[in-house]
Amino acid sequence: MDSAIRTRELRKIYNSAPPAAAGRTGLFSQSGGKKTKDQKQQIIALDGIDLDVAPGQIFGLLGPNGAGKSTTVGILTTRVRPTSGTAWIGPHDVWREQTAAKLQIGVVAQRPNLDFSLTAREILLFHGAYFGLSSHERMQRANLLLDRFKLTDRADQLVRGFSGGMMQRMSIARAMMHDPQVLFLDEPSVGLDPQTRLLLWEIIREYNQKGRTILLTTHNMEEADALCEELAIIDHGRIIASGTPGTLKASIPGGYLLRLRFGHHSQPLHDRLATLSGVTEVRPAGNGGADLYASRGGSLIAEIANAAAALGVELSDVHISEPSLENLFLHHTGRSLRE
Amino acid sequence: MNWKAFLALLARDAHVARRNLAPLILQTFLQPLLFVFIFGRVMVGSGYMPATYKSLLLPGIMAISMVFTGVWAVAMPLISEFQFTREIEDRLLAPIDLPWVAIEKVVAGLIQALVAGLMVIPLAWLILRPGLELHINNPLLLVVITLLVAGFSACGGLALGCSVSQQHIGLMFSMVMTPMIFFGCTYYPWSALSKFPILAKIVLINPLVYASEGLRAALVPQFPHLWLPMILVALTAFDILLLVLGLRQFRAKAVS
Repeated sequence: MDSAIRTRELRKIYNSAPPAAAGRTGLFSQSGGKKTKDQKQQIIALDGIDLDVAPGQIFGLLGPNGAGKSTTVGILTTRVRPTSGTAWIGPHDVWREQTAAKLQIGVVAQRPNLDFSLTAREILLFHGAYFGLSSHERMQRANLLLDRFKLTDRADQLVRGFSGGMMQRMSIARAMMHDPQVLFLDEPSVGLDPQTRLLLWEIIREYNQKGRTILLTTHNMEEADALCEELAIIDHGRIIASGTPGTLKASIPGGYLLRLRFGHHSQPLHDRLATLSGVTEVRPAGNGGADLYASRGGSLIAEIANAAAALGVELSDVHISEPSLENLFLHHTGRSLRE
Repeated sequence: MNWKAFLALLARDAHVARRNLAPLILQTFLQPLLFVFIFGRVMVGSGYMPATYKSLLLPGIMAISMVFTGVWAVAMPLISEFQFTREIEDRLLAPIDLPWVAIEKVVAGLIQALVAGLMVIPLAWLILRPGLELHINNPLLLVVITLLVAGFSACGGLALGCSVSQQHIGLMFSMVMTPMIFFGCTYYPWSALSKFPILAKIVLINPLVYASEGLRAALVPQFPHLWLPMILVALTAFDILLLVLGLRQFRAKAVS
């Protein structure tokens, strides 16, 4: 079966700081349209992204801030022009057949971008009208969505006064208004309280059960793990690993990660640790530490402490984590997702 | 071309305009009407200005109102909607080719400019009568000129709205709009500049000159005005130029 979302060799190079729509660019200030010479540093946002998302799948793009997630979504939703490479939504080349592609997609941007001149209900009604829904259909769907997202009591107020969480719910309701085949959610649960997050997950699963394809970006491991059937881990504009959450987790050597801190660096100690039974890999980490991948966790601690004591090195900190996507990311990039 | 989406976009702008009707009307008409009152009524009534000035003034006031309304109606929403909040995003994602989203804004601004222009005539007539002498010899000419003026103001709004950032709005009005109005042959006919030959040439780059002179030709042909074919060609050229420029700027703003 054809892919719902497909990209080949997608590259994007910004000649200046990426605009607000494309990435979390709180660090960059936007100048008023005019580019000065010193701004012309090139930023490689995407460096050859290949994606294949099957219809009806919940697909997760996982990566830290600035990894290229939003740029990927931007290109797939016609909002960012790729420097090279091609992206398709179903059979439509996103850049060449923009209108056809736009008919297939619903988009929730990272920051709420609601039409502040309108009330919540009007936003949904006009959105439905842009997509050619009949007025009866519009009314019905708007009521349903307002109810589902618990916004009915604020439906006829201007969204300008909404809280961040309400705006986020409203953005998602709007994206679902025309019942798109493919739904893009860029960091959908950032800023939501835990209760609303669970509601959102439920709604996403429900929408998926109607056979719709969902692509969501997140830097939240728990979310990726809970929702996604397929994942691609992205860093510095490249996909560094992909597969189901299960296979990805299974691909980490050993599975368990023990982050150790020692009083000082000692190569003999690292060599000794590598020989302990169950240890598959020892990687030096900063400040005399070591990251140890192993097939067991707590039961190794005593042996590690003994080995350190025998070589006169003080073990100052131990952190054990079970097999997780977080560890997978750390394994591939040497950095934590939250860094 | 997806007409359903286009009309829905237009309906959205009409809805928002209706919601802001009162401030919109004040903002459009207060300044020109005060001007009409002071120059057309007070100055003429007290004898500092000849009575014929009333008729000379009206087309200029109409041009100012139309241009101000068109520019404001298109530029201001674009400037704020392209800002940090990216409010325009849902319209950029509507299933319609991107330039049509901009053209819809132009059409909305054009309609508002037309309404403003057509409302100035009766309002000014109320303040200025008696003694106001309008001679609409050629209604078709009035229609064509009014449409071209509305078009250039809306296209100008698009070009400005996609080039100016929020913190420069004040600058836009003091650096672009104000000199444009004062050097736009609005309060005086172009022929009044004959004693300033260099200035008379320079102001010809100002599209408002052709708007005022064109409306003068259509409403009060008894006064001297620029050669009509030149007015029509210049207004058409400004319409096209500003539209092309505006669409280019719009795309640059909309797609990164």
